[in-house]
Amino acid sequence: MSTAPEIAGPVAPVPSHGGPLEPAPFTVRARAQETRDTVSLVLAPAPGSEVPAFRPGQFNMLSVPGRGEVAISISGDPGRAGEWVHTVRALGLATQALAGSMPGTLIAARGPYGQGWPVDRAWGKDVVIVAGGVGLAPVRPLLLELLRHRARFGRLEVIYGARTPDDLLYAPELAAWRGRTDARFQVTVDAAGRDWYGDVGLVTQRLPDARFDPASAVAFLCGPEIMMRLTAETLEGRGLPREGIWVSLERTMQCGVGLCGHCQFGPYLLCRDGPVLPYRDVARLLRIRGL
Amino acid sequence: MNGPVRPITSAELEAHAFLHGLSARFLAELLPHTERREFAAGHTVAREGDPAREFFLIEVGKVALEIVAEGRPHLTVLTLGPGEVFGWSWLVPPHLWRVDARTLKPSRVVVVAGPALRDALEAHPEDGYRFLRRLVPILARRLDATRLQVFDVYRP
Repeated sequence: MSTAPEIAGPVAPVPSHGGPLEPAPFTVRARAQETRDTVSLVLAPAPGSEVPAFRPGQFNMLSVPGRGEVAISISGDPGRAGEWVHTVRALGLATQALAGSMPGTLIAARGPYGQGWPVDRAWGKDVVIVAGGVGLAPVRPLLLELLRHRARFGRLEVIYGARTPDDLLYAPELAAWRGRTDARFQVTVDAAGRDWYGDVGLVTQRLPDARFDPASAVAFLCGPEIMMRLTAETLEGRGLPREGIWVSLERTMQCGVGLCGHCQFGPYLLCRDGPVLPYRDVARLLRIRGL
Repeated sequence: MNGPVRPITSAELEAHAFLHGLSARFLAELLPHTERREFAAGHTVAREGDPAREFFLIEVGKVALEIVAEGRPHLTVLTLGPGEVFGWSWLVPPHLWRVDARTLKPSRVVVVAGPALRDALEAHPEDGYRFLRRLVPILARRLDATRLQVFDVYRP
């Protein structure tokens, strides 16, 4: 297990030596409150340091001194160099500390790690993206990458589900995406009051309506496992082969490089082999209780 | 704008995804008990506890199903759009609405009178079976969805 370095208070950043497990100091450049318990942090490296490039779907290990280290997917634009963006929901000690980090706060980060979304598999096909809850965060870089290369694939159907309207991430961006004419973004929530005029129901209930050619489409799913499993089953029911579906899985990650085994999922170490895996390879595992 | 509009034809009735393929005789019996209605946004189509005498097939618009409990705000648990159906309490005693149904957008629906539909289902068991084979999966999907909503799948 790796340990976070002592980075406390307004001290000069310590240059990274660049080892795969060694965190580098980052400063919170900007912070956006997404929902009641979730924030997005823009992290800038120490002066003179570079931010490693990342692929959509990869994650970093972020740490706050004395509060622990946690794996957080990168939610920023892969085409935007010089910064990392992470969307953090305040749940435990480390994520609460991260979510409470104001601009100027020094934190530590190492990465990027893992296998991301196979973006190139989308070229020439229809694309279906289904995200639930904070699962939109690892999907956002994928979306931004796809939209940057909009001419290279067919129809784009995005279905995003959240608990309530107050739990929707990236509200201004979501509104802009929904206004696009070259893609369809459906947003649905599990429950809502009378002031909500959008859809209510599970993401799977929006799928019968999704426009794609099952013979030539790919699907990228991210959210709670039960949601992804039901979504994959529904997509298969519409004729999309299992081979065309990818899921992003989550287990407690610690080392990030496949050494410690904390994130084992059947034969896979999700930090190294995932978090994005072909549904074909994990469909059976997702049905094993307690795995 | 709330109320009946241009009558529905047998061809239009047959063309609705839910009724497509049912026998011409069955649909012909339903036709006199069927009408098309339009509602403005915000119209309460049905109210929980009221007698349930009609089956609704949405052609255009959006309808919210809401749970209403005294002392609590209305809670929308499902929204439905074109091609979807709602209202089956005409089939299930004591034939009372279990939810409120309210339009979120200007909506056009096909309304079938429940008692006539019950009679037709009884009189034509083959069509009745086909009808239920379409209705029951919808009920099952909504029950599954409700289970996951109760499970609160996105809860931290």
